[in-house]
Amino acid sequence: MTDPSEPGRAWVFGDDIDTDQITPSRFIVSSDPDELATHAFEDLRPEFSENVDSGDFVVAGENFGSGSSREHSPLSLVGAGVAGVVAQSFARIFFRNAINLGLPVLICPEAGIIDDGDEICMNLGEGVVYNHTTGETYNAEALPEFLQTLVEQGGLKAYTKAKLAGRESD
Amino acid sequence: MTGKTFSEKLLSAKAGEDVRAGAYVEAAVDVAMAHDITGPLAFETFYEVTGEDATLFAPDRTVLTIDHHAPADGVEAANNHNALRRFAAEHGAHQFEVGDGICHAVLVEEGFVGPGDLVVGADSHSTTYGGIGAFGTGVGSSDLGTALATGELWFRVPETIRFEVNGDLPDGVYAKDLVLKFIGDVGFAGCTYETAEYAGSAIESLPIHERLVLANMAIEMGGKAGYVEPDDRTAEYLERQTGRAVDIDPSLRSDDDATYDEVHTYRAADLAPQVSKPSNPENAVDVTEVEGTEIDQLFVGTCTNGRYEDIKLVADVLEGEELAPNVRMVVVPASGSVYRHMLKTGVFETLTDAGAVIQSAGCGPCAGYHQGVLGDGDVCLATANRNFAGREGSMDSHVYLASPATVGASALYGEITDPRRIETKRYDDTILAEVEA
Repeated sequence: MTDPSEPGRAWVFGDDIDTDQITPSRFIVSSDPDELATHAFEDLRPEFSENVDSGDFVVAGENFGSGSSREHSPLSLVGAGVAGVVAQSFARIFFRNAINLGLPVLICPEAGIIDDGDEICMNLGEGVVYNHTTGETYNAEALPEFLQTLVEQGGLKAYTKAKLAGRESD
Repeated sequence: MTGKTFSEKLLSAKAGEDVRAGAYVEAAVDVAMAHDITGPLAFETFYEVTGEDATLFAPDRTVLTIDHHAPADGVEAANNHNALRRFAAEHGAHQFEVGDGICHAVLVEEGFVGPGDLVVGADSHSTTYGGIGAFGTGVGSSDLGTALATGELWFRVPETIRFEVNGDLPDGVYAKDLVLKFIGDVGFAGCTYETAEYAGSAIESLPIHERLVLANMAIEMGGKAGYVEPDDRTAEYLERQTGRAVDIDPSLRSDDDATYDEVHTYRAADLAPQVSKPSNPENAVDVTEVEGTEIDQLFVGTCTNGRYEDIKLVADVLEGEELAPNVRMVVVPASGSVYRHMLKTGVFETLTDAGAVIQSAGCGPCAGYHQGVLGDGDVCLATANRNFAGREGSMDSHVYLASPATVGASALYGEITDPRRIETKRYDDTILAEVEA
């Protein structure tokens, strides 16, 4: 996972970007993050997968990741090396899939101010997004305590492994 | 302290602690489901979490379906199917085959889900199970793999939005029209993280196959779950389907003084057939606003409206008729059982005589990207649940969503047509029992 506290390019998308636009159905026969990354946003923004660099960010408006439950969508962003997703709001299943995968996500009402190509970074602990291009700072919603624990432990798999190990040693 | 909603009670019971909306809990799962797209990734999580000698939390309550790319439309899909078959054989899970149908149809028909169950499905339309009083919710593959391993999963206890419809529904207005109207009113994200609870005398009078439509499309307003309070009709339906007595806990319902985030109230008599315009389900309008829109393809099927009663409505319209010359019709039954009923009652023949193409049971073009994909500029009127750009093919195709009655009427004229122009029936749940007899 790339470090979201390091500056990276913002790829800006609009409202209601659904999972079919992030990972079109015809490509999700694969579960391989690297393969999925080559098709991320393919119909919507074909240049994304070619030009995205490890450490870049996805920035979106309202209801990012709506539609299907396919974890292939956040997984394609992990495969592409995306350091984090900042959106004005998220659809529920995408949000939980990202948390479960350990992909940093922040709900930021001011995400709409960020321009495509701006250099941004995230401070997850403080719930803040920095825009290095404009010098602005945007407040984001801090994650609830339970979800912070999940992210800090590296996602749901690591959390569950630790939980099961704890039960065995009891 | 005010009363509790169904969701608060259900998750309190499954978590073993008294919780309200907004709390985070780890709750015991009753049923877990994955399909040919989400299963393989869930299995990776399952093994990673528990190791090579992993065992399922409950093999008899783990269900795997092959529905999205079924029959296999490519080598990768075929390999995914084989991965499901191997996993099921190794761990004793229930696995349905190619042609058995869509997860959400099969789990209800085959009696895997009942009122008061906590059901997690690695598919967003897992909200469907709320139509028979379960708490069904869609999750990702990491979630599902974890649930398979531990029988538990984390949940945020949702707030609830209540949609109440009172009175008798007018002719031509079905559950599909109601839910499109609700989605249009609250918006595509209007119910995000919340339960959509459907109530009122018009909802209570709906047969189960229509209640499932309401719950199914809760996700199209961002909902975590959809819910219709189970009643005698629910018990009778499930007993007919499964041959087993069904126990409904009378206390597991929303209290009269429960706190709702929003309440939307409708008079049934005010409602008209709805059509959602491209490219979002929230673009719902009265059918009269889009009447006359020319169509290239009609699609009848999906976990929303691919049940026997839905397809029969379309066949009723086309009995002895032919499709308008400018359209083609793709019919994809939601389950193998629906397919067999169609053969038995002559619905199959009626549709093929009218010029329709009938595919094997499954998701069809709705998500499989096969069996009727749309080309550039194509306009499709579908009984489906989603009309996102590119959902059924070309980014430059246009999908309108409507009820089976509206699709049937439109098939006759080759353009979007108000179903109130023709005679449309309303089927109750006994129609299937008649077929069986």
